[in-house]
Amino acid sequence: MSETRAPVLSVRDLAVALPAGADRALAVEHISFDVGAGEIVCLLGESGSGKSVISFAVMGLLPDNVHVSAGEIRLGDTNLLSLTAAQLRELRGDEIAMIFQEPMTALNPVMTCGAQLDELLSEHTAFSAAERHAKTLAMFEAVKLPEPERIFASYPHQLSGGQRQRIMIAMALILEPKLLIADEPTTALDVTTQAEVLALIKTLQRERGTAVLFITHDMGVVAEIADRVVVLQQGKQVESGAKHEVLQSPREDYTRMLIAAVPPIDPPELHHHFADAPALSVQELCKTYSSGGWLQKRRETRAATLVSFDVRPGETVGIVGESGSGKSTVARCITRLIDPSQGEVHLRDVKLHAGSREALKAARKRIQIVFQDPYRSLDPRQRVGEAIIEGPVNFGVPREQALARARELMTLVRLSPDVLSRYPNEFSGGQRQRISIARALALDPEVLICDEAVSALDVSVQAQVLKLLEEIQAELNLAILFITHDLRVAAQICDRVLVMQHGIVVEQGTTRDVFRAPTHEYTRKLLASAPGRAFQFAAAAAT
Amino acid sequence: MGAFLVKRILATIPVLVIVAIIVFTLIRLVPGDPAAVIAGNMATNEDIARIRTELGLDRGFLTQLALWAKGLASSDLGQSFFFKKEVTALIGERLEPTLSLAFLTIVLTVLVAVPLGTLAAWRHGGWLDRALMGFSVLGFSIPVFVLGYLLVYVFALKLDWFPVQGYRPLRDGLWPWLHQLLLPAITLSIVYVALIARVTRASVAEALTEDYVRTARAKGLPEARVLVRHALANAAVPIVTVIGIGIALLIGGVVVTESVYSIPGLGTLTVDAVLARDFPVIQGVILFFAFLYVMVNLLVDLSYLFLDPRIRY
Repeated sequence: MSETRAPVLSVRDLAVALPAGADRALAVEHISFDVGAGEIVCLLGESGSGKSVISFAVMGLLPDNVHVSAGEIRLGDTNLLSLTAAQLRELRGDEIAMIFQEPMTALNPVMTCGAQLDELLSEHTAFSAAERHAKTLAMFEAVKLPEPERIFASYPHQLSGGQRQRIMIAMALILEPKLLIADEPTTALDVTTQAEVLALIKTLQRERGTAVLFITHDMGVVAEIADRVVVLQQGKQVESGAKHEVLQSPREDYTRMLIAAVPPIDPPELHHHFADAPALSVQELCKTYSSGGWLQKRRETRAATLVSFDVRPGETVGIVGESGSGKSTVARCITRLIDPSQGEVHLRDVKLHAGSREALKAARKRIQIVFQDPYRSLDPRQRVGEAIIEGPVNFGVPREQALARARELMTLVRLSPDVLSRYPNEFSGGQRQRISIARALALDPEVLICDEAVSALDVSVQAQVLKLLEEIQAELNLAILFITHDLRVAAQICDRVLVMQHGIVVEQGTTRDVFRAPTHEYTRKLLASAPGRAFQFAAAAAT
Repeated sequence: MGAFLVKRILATIPVLVIVAIIVFTLIRLVPGDPAAVIAGNMATNEDIARIRTELGLDRGFLTQLALWAKGLASSDLGQSFFFKKEVTALIGERLEPTLSLAFLTIVLTVLVAVPLGTLAAWRHGGWLDRALMGFSVLGFSIPVFVLGYLLVYVFALKLDWFPVQGYRPLRDGLWPWLHQLLLPAITLSIVYVALIARVTRASVAEALTEDYVRTARAKGLPEARVLVRHALANAAVPIVTVIGIGIALLIGGVVVTESVYSIPGLGTLTVDAVLARDFPVIQGVILFFAFLYVMVNLLVDLSYLFLDPRIRY
């Protein structure tokens, strides 16, 4: 960016005040950065860093009780903070546009996609209905949506996540805004879709010279898309600079820590040998859903087809795949949360697929699950101690004994035993996931199933939880089935992986073999889509 | 959807059969002899016995039920003991006032409650919101007959804006019809305004926190459009459900309101029939109400299809 051209967006010494009673007085403070035309600036930070607050401050969409307390936000020559609400509204959608994280919820479910673009055009332009229609179709074409006419008349729920995010992008860019704010636009998408959407944003932005403020927590995405990076921590600007400077020779410890926490996609060499008989053995598992019936056409969906694998004590087997690949279906069939349609599941000598409810009950304690969302998988009205001992007490362990074990488990997951009497809302996401692990371990299971157990966590916390799982596994000789969509995580924790697509295992083997020499085309595509794959991070370069 | 419609319409049959049997049994369990009421105070036992035979009340319970059921199958609800008329004809005569009152009440309610609830949700915690909440507690707790007499006293007797009671049919003209009905409709609508405004407020307030509302604002749409096209449109399903329940409950409400304002509708017919132990009329009216109830529910379910494209039957 040359010195003579004024930046599109200029933020100077910005501070945003939170209402009294919040965990800190200022959501962000001393934030200063510029975004030039045709430039992509990434705001990088973990949860609570204040990155979204900055984007809402720029949009003028902060909640009523949150306000800018100091600093300046300029769009070209205009001081956004001095505008009236009506003037800001004129700018929104026209000069500044925004794409959000959740394509599933960001579109109005009761309006057709076409109508949602149409109302934007009729608000900000004087086009006729026919012109608006033509322009919308052309924009759908530009974001590479198939059959624009059909998409125009479709409701959001009839489209895939990737297609919905393309609708959002079309809506954001149709009026050629000077500034595009993208708030975690690919976080909720599958990795192959993410790669396509990132490429699309980059292409359109290049063509139109749009300034982009891109908010993300994902180092890989930053490596993929950014020109410059602003690193945030707890509302403070840690450092900023060109992408290569920040990611390859970071000045600050926090940035170094973030980079070091990104799991390398190349799996480490496998040292262990698992000679034992499998703890869990799955043979030709199938799950078919059928719908319809009386007066309606029958439809069958094959969620899992002929899935077979073993997990031995001390071993971690990963199932990787995108949404709809059937990986969670397999986990639910194994634990009999749903009944498999066909196939066998053996937990050592017990047949999990065939047993009666009674027989199953005894086996249930030997196989436990840690779920994805630590914010929703703990009962908010139950003290964490009660949550941990509920299982053992249910199986007849005396309360005192169960509590003593709970205290041990808290130590095992690196939490203080003294916090057992607290409620889940008093803990952070990472702490809650440790509690969930302690709860799963309270029944002394032989097999632990982790269903996207670290996906909702910040990278630094994710690294800690993964390390914890490895240590616990070594100590207890647990067999772990690790379900994830994140290839970097799988590369680090899994000894063997299964790659699933459309309910079928397309490839399986040791993680190192599969990742280094994938044989199936889909595996290759998945690996190629992992963001920042080709980028040499500072820490990775150092090791 | 065709299959859904067929299934739902078939499902109404057992509901109506069960209602019919229960009503038939219940009114015969209640003490009081229709023959004695018709015969009057001076009648002898022979008179009463003769009337009983005329009315068919001397036959066995099951025989009476079978005869009634046979009539029902050919949509004949029987003859009124008291009015000596076909029950279907009686219901036909009394239908207009009741439907007029119910219709006007619902229209008033929706026109007032939905905008009020939406605005209260928009300015959550503001003066309108608090006033509305206060009003709704009041609306819930004042009985219809108290409110009815209060409104009559103020607006009919003191201010003389409206007639005290009575009904003018629609064929006399729209204004006379409306003028007569407005006070009873307001009376009846207060509690529904309270109910529906609260549900609207809660439902819209929830929709306002959704991501698509944020998207709508990010598009620079005017607040009114954000509120109506994005928030209210998505909040519609629970609101319409409660409006449906309101219509069903209203059927009970008209009985009291019609009495207070002396409107010759189904409500007064029911009260008269109960006092006269006019079994066929009671049975017929209740069965008719049950039928309306089932139809309203069906219509509410069908309306979901238009309100939310994600719902498919």
